[in-house]
Amino acid sequence: MSKKKEAKKTDFSSYFEFYNNLLDSKIGKTLQLRKLSEKIVYEGAKNGVKAGAAATKVFQTFGSGKAKRLEPKKAKDLFDLNYNEEQLMIQESIKQLADKIRIHAEKDDYNGKISEEILREYNELQLAFMQIPEELGGIMKEKSTTTQMMMVETLAYGDLSQAFALFSANSVINAIVQWGTDSQQQILLKDFVEDNAPKASIAINEPTALFSPQTLKTKANKDGNQYIITGEKNMVTFAESAQYFLVAAQTEGGKNQLFFIDRTADGVSTSADVSMGLKTAELGKIVLDNVRIDESAMLGGSKGVNYQEFINYSKLGWCSLAVGCSQAVLDYVITYANDRYAFGEPISNRQAVAFMIADIKIELDSMRILTQRAVARAEQGLEFQKEAYLAHVLCSDKSMQIGTNGVQLLGGHGFIKDFPVERWYRDLRAVAICHNGLHL
Amino acid sequence: MNLEIPKKFKGIQGFALTAAQSLFRPISRKYDLAEHEYPKELDLFAAGLNGMNEGSGGAVGGASSKKEDVQSGEVKNGGNMANCINIQTMCYGDVGLLLTIPGQGLGNAAISAVANPEQLKRFSKSWAAMAITEPNCGSDSSAITTTAVKDGDHYILNGEKIFVTSGERCDCVVVWATLDKAIGKAAIKSFVVEKGTPGMEIARLEKKLGIKASDTAAIVFTDCRVPAENLLGSPEIDVKKGFGGVMETFDNTRPFVASMANGVAEATIERTKELLEDSINLDYATPINNVKAVEAEIYRMEAEHEAARLLTLKAAWLADNRIPNSLEASVCKAKAGRITNNLTLKAVELCSSLGYSYQELLEKWARDSKILDIFEGTQQIQQLIIARRILGKSSAELK
Repeated sequence: MSKKKEAKKTDFSSYFEFYNNLLDSKIGKTLQLRKLSEKIVYEGAKNGVKAGAAATKVFQTFGSGKAKRLEPKKAKDLFDLNYNEEQLMIQESIKQLADKIRIHAEKDDYNGKISEEILREYNELQLAFMQIPEELGGIMKEKSTTTQMMMVETLAYGDLSQAFALFSANSVINAIVQWGTDSQQQILLKDFVEDNAPKASIAINEPTALFSPQTLKTKANKDGNQYIITGEKNMVTFAESAQYFLVAAQTEGGKNQLFFIDRTADGVSTSADVSMGLKTAELGKIVLDNVRIDESAMLGGSKGVNYQEFINYSKLGWCSLAVGCSQAVLDYVITYANDRYAFGEPISNRQAVAFMIADIKIELDSMRILTQRAVARAEQGLEFQKEAYLAHVLCSDKSMQIGTNGVQLLGGHGFIKDFPVERWYRDLRAVAICHNGLHL
Repeated sequence: MNLEIPKKFKGIQGFALTAAQSLFRPISRKYDLAEHEYPKELDLFAAGLNGMNEGSGGAVGGASSKKEDVQSGEVKNGGNMANCINIQTMCYGDVGLLLTIPGQGLGNAAISAVANPEQLKRFSKSWAAMAITEPNCGSDSSAITTTAVKDGDHYILNGEKIFVTSGERCDCVVVWATLDKAIGKAAIKSFVVEKGTPGMEIARLEKKLGIKASDTAAIVFTDCRVPAENLLGSPEIDVKKGFGGVMETFDNTRPFVASMANGVAEATIERTKELLEDSINLDYATPINNVKAVEAEIYRMEAEHEAARLLTLKAAWLADNRIPNSLEASVCKAKAGRITNNLTLKAVELCSSLGYSYQELLEKWARDSKILDIFEGTQQIQQLIIARRILGKSSAELK
């Protein structure tokens, strides 16, 4: 048994070596990437897939018809908070980008757009490979929910809004890997490992006070072999520029499901929905007016998905964002309170200030460990609904508290745009609200 | 990454649960009412525990905080984690009774942490209480005034100690005293004083808000002669190291006190949910603002409790792997102490007059929990430790 395990590990490391070389050398990168792309194109061609640019996607059933799933990760029977070496490597490369994102964040927030430079560097990370199963052109065999959390958390340390926006396409990948049919996987996933990965985003939220993802006003009614979708979504990442959306709607049976809807499909109209924060996610509204889609465009095909579990994965994503951004607040206020003098000494010499910062540390650690437990359970294929729910409850409360105390600790400086805490304050308000965009 | 409790601890957890349910819980109210009466039911249990500890290297109470060797590169789940799981489970039964299990005093933890091999052997069978606090010094343990003066083969102790848990029931007391007040922290040493030593007198037993099953003594030392070989650790005053040795005990024990709080919280949440059974429906799916107020309270209690429990395991996990955990030990103690106090009080409120009545144990847990945010360092002391550490401040800068 141990031999088998060893072999598995070696497989993974060699992929990683390959992946690193790919990052290191530009020429190598082009070559290797082409190889991977060729593999997909070959698989696709073999099965007679044509991606097509039709306004509504039709996902036929191909070959075996069996979707490729990542296996639950087998964990040692040992309490262990360590990341493995591969995870530490990924963390390090994402951290470097996150630091750059931080530098761009103020300007990008003002412009309401991620800079080209950040977009390019993010795409060069090719995180898609670390999400997609081997058979479909990625490098993965097992689920890696803890890695996904670490990616989102680390990006959010740079900027919550940009992390949310950047990871929205990766979240669609995760959703397709986790829930998609064979043909949904074959048709859609290959685009993400090519040079011009599509913009795609998950749309759950609706413009209703006390919105609950369980009670959707958007309806999907069956008509022959089509669904007719009607409703409104808002707070949607890249609403005006994404190629397609994964939209949650209630079917006639009362069950909620998700549907692939192209932005260009008849009856889809989109508009900007500028909000308190999350500026770089280019939030928008989608109005769906009797949009007809093929029945095969329901995520997971005729069986659909376990909708509640789908939502749970979204909660894990939002918890990860909250943790990353709250860590940014903590590190920032530590430096600020130590440097800022009042009455002849650093303000951090006062307990009133220092204890607020200690509380940020206590609650941040609480948020992170609760999220890690839920995420690790999901990765191992264990039931995680309760854990994800409680993590989301805690992260919603505490991250907002951390956000507002971050501004408070900077006093008047916290209120002006020269300092990042007011941006984090605006972005963190979304944690309790938003179910869109993320799927770990 | 894995945050589940490993199967190897299921055995001790099961044993502790049996003790909690069939030994502690049935006599919980009895000794809350009969303050200062010794819970004799614990004697047989303690004998069993001591036998178990000899075999396993210590799995229960204070005696097992000694360090275990860890091979480099190998992740270990060891005695600290086992202890946290065990303490939480027993305190799910009753925290006051856990505190007064014979042979499991805080003094035993101190002996484990700093004693030399000869002392370890000599005191291995003793129930050791810990005496630090004085009438005019609490959290600031560097300010203690009890003196120890060398006189031939003995030290002569003079001073008054208060809040000594199990001070009357124990076999010996680990007493903190200064060799030279002028030198400060480095001159503070701990001495094992055996019961019956002339000059040591129990002045009184305190009447308390909670944990009444555990006795709390005030002890006066008047020219009390203690053999020199009962000084724990080195008799030399090392200004550089000094206080570290004694304080080390607390890095080890803060997660244990957090575990006590976690046990009380676990019991409280369970009973509250039972009493509210007809009024709540927890689906862990409906957004928290769309559920009943009472359901939202329960969700928040559970989230806070789970966070405290996992932070405690994290601190223990670090200790088991010989990674410094002073910060994490304070984080888990601060979190567990405050949220448990809050949630036990909230539980009484939610269960109304039933929660307030002696018919239920909820009111008792709400009284017991208050001490858990006070002893082994108050909430405020934990915040101070955390703040100093993350801000890089000395005790002179951040007072």
